[in-house]
Amino acid sequence: MLYENPVYRIMGDRSILVELGDEISLTVNQRVRELFLTLDRHRIEGVVETIPCYRSLHIIYDPLKITLPTLQDRIKGLRRTMNGAQIPKPRTLKIPVIYGGEYGPDLLWVARYHKISPEEVIRLHTGSTYQVYMIGFAAGYAYMGTVPEALVTPRRKTPRTIVPKGSVGIGQKQTGVYPVESPGGWQIIGRTPLKLFDPTRLPPTPLEMGDLVRFFPIREEEMAHWQS
Amino acid sequence: MAVVETLEVLSPGPLTTVQDRGRFGYGRYGVAPSGAVDFFSLRIGNLLVNNPEGEACLEITVLGLKVRALTDLVIAITGADLQPHLNEEPLKMWHSHFLRKADTLSFRGPRSGCRAYLALGGGISLSPIMESKSTNLFSRFGGLEGRALKGGDILSSDSPHLYLKARGRAVDQRWIPSYPKNWALRFAFGPQDDHFTEEGKRAFLHSSFEVTPQSDRTGVRLAGPVLQTKPGMEDSIISEGVISGTIQVPGDGQPIIILAETVTGGYRKIATVITADLPLLGQIKPGDTVHFQEVSVDEALQALREAEAIIERIRGGLRDESIDLDR
Repeated sequence: MLYENPVYRIMGDRSILVELGDEISLTVNQRVRELFLTLDRHRIEGVVETIPCYRSLHIIYDPLKITLPTLQDRIKGLRRTMNGAQIPKPRTLKIPVIYGGEYGPDLLWVARYHKISPEEVIRLHTGSTYQVYMIGFAAGYAYMGTVPEALVTPRRKTPRTIVPKGSVGIGQKQTGVYPVESPGGWQIIGRTPLKLFDPTRLPPTPLEMGDLVRFFPIREEEMAHWQS
Repeated sequence: MAVVETLEVLSPGPLTTVQDRGRFGYGRYGVAPSGAVDFFSLRIGNLLVNNPEGEACLEITVLGLKVRALTDLVIAITGADLQPHLNEEPLKMWHSHFLRKADTLSFRGPRSGCRAYLALGGGISLSPIMESKSTNLFSRFGGLEGRALKGGDILSSDSPHLYLKARGRAVDQRWIPSYPKNWALRFAFGPQDDHFTEEGKRAFLHSSFEVTPQSDRTGVRLAGPVLQTKPGMEDSIISEGVISGTIQVPGDGQPIIILAETVTGGYRKIATVITADLPLLGQIKPGDTVHFQEVSVDEALQALREAEAIIERIRGGLRDESIDLDR
């Protein structure tokens, strides 16, 4: 549910969470995006950075430059001017994936879990458009959702200590790509040759909160083409 | 500006990384701030050798670093007392020293605190990534190839000879922090203290917590009484922003003070350590104990102003000394 009025959750002496709803939903997330982009456009003196999440915007400020009441007043003022009109349409990104085999070691497990064929898993995964709800946990790690009901899969009982960079996984209703090699508990069904985190580029990830994503299957031989 | 090789790493110790004041403004891409955990010591180390105060230093964890000077340079060591030695002689902390080419600098183990900072006159020459030289170990970038230092690494500095006159400076004794084994950290409740029972909040306020060996640059992990949540609360919450100093409580009820290596988290947070006390988090080590003292937002702000005023006075004191040096 979208709150009628935001809940301002105070986190210490230099940050607040402006919470706009109590659930993971497109409606709430789009309002977070709207507030995030509005604050980007109207820079408030003393705001250090803003980080959009599922249902809240995290605002970090310099308490020596702006007081909390002033900051809250400014946010309230900006919210009154928001009508959704100035918000740019989300972009759609297409992410190539090699499904199964050594690149997607859990594809067969996921298929068996849902009693469908691996081809059907791929068809379902590539058949939906996903929304980037937030980027967090690690650099370039986009939380995308939601996967079709028929593909909602629990996390692995034992997380892997090493998940290779580019691995595409499913964890409950979410899907996503591991931007760097890291430990992880999602079911890995494929791998993308695209770099989703490159610290030498600005921005370091091609994905932004609010973007729409579609996955499409490629063959192993096409990998090199997509790496460039 | 000439880039000159200044230090060769003979032995890296368990964890020595390049850290500056941190990488800010990239949280929207999931990029954590990283940076020196004890940024007070980082700033003072830099001031002692005449660097900009946010310049990169080596953050040395507990013990073991040994380096050799490849040229004449000025250094300063601040933060934890890890028994620094210049060749075989103990070296004073919170002072700037002249190192002659081929001198060795070693750290023999902790006497107090957890992390020492080694500042080099002329800084550490590295291309900033997203405006910072800090090492991000999880995502493997920044610092030296995104990793901890290893034997054989060479560090370079910008025109170290221009900083030699900054030798022989000292921080006035009264500004040097002491690092106890029992820590009092000031905090404000929130953002989710309303998820905890009154008993849970009381336990947080009145208990002493032990720092566990699992603590690292990602968080100070504590063990103590279980901080109970209200009935019906799930173990996790919808992931949201976190900031260093936030105290999150996973399902086991044992608090973790988040440091600067992540920007989001999925656990509820009972309270947040005030900004003025954040540098202390860098000096808490496993086996220490921690208790918490509630303050108001106004008191937190006052404490931050006082902390900045101390740095201003140290800066002023060092400036007066450098005028003497110039004469």
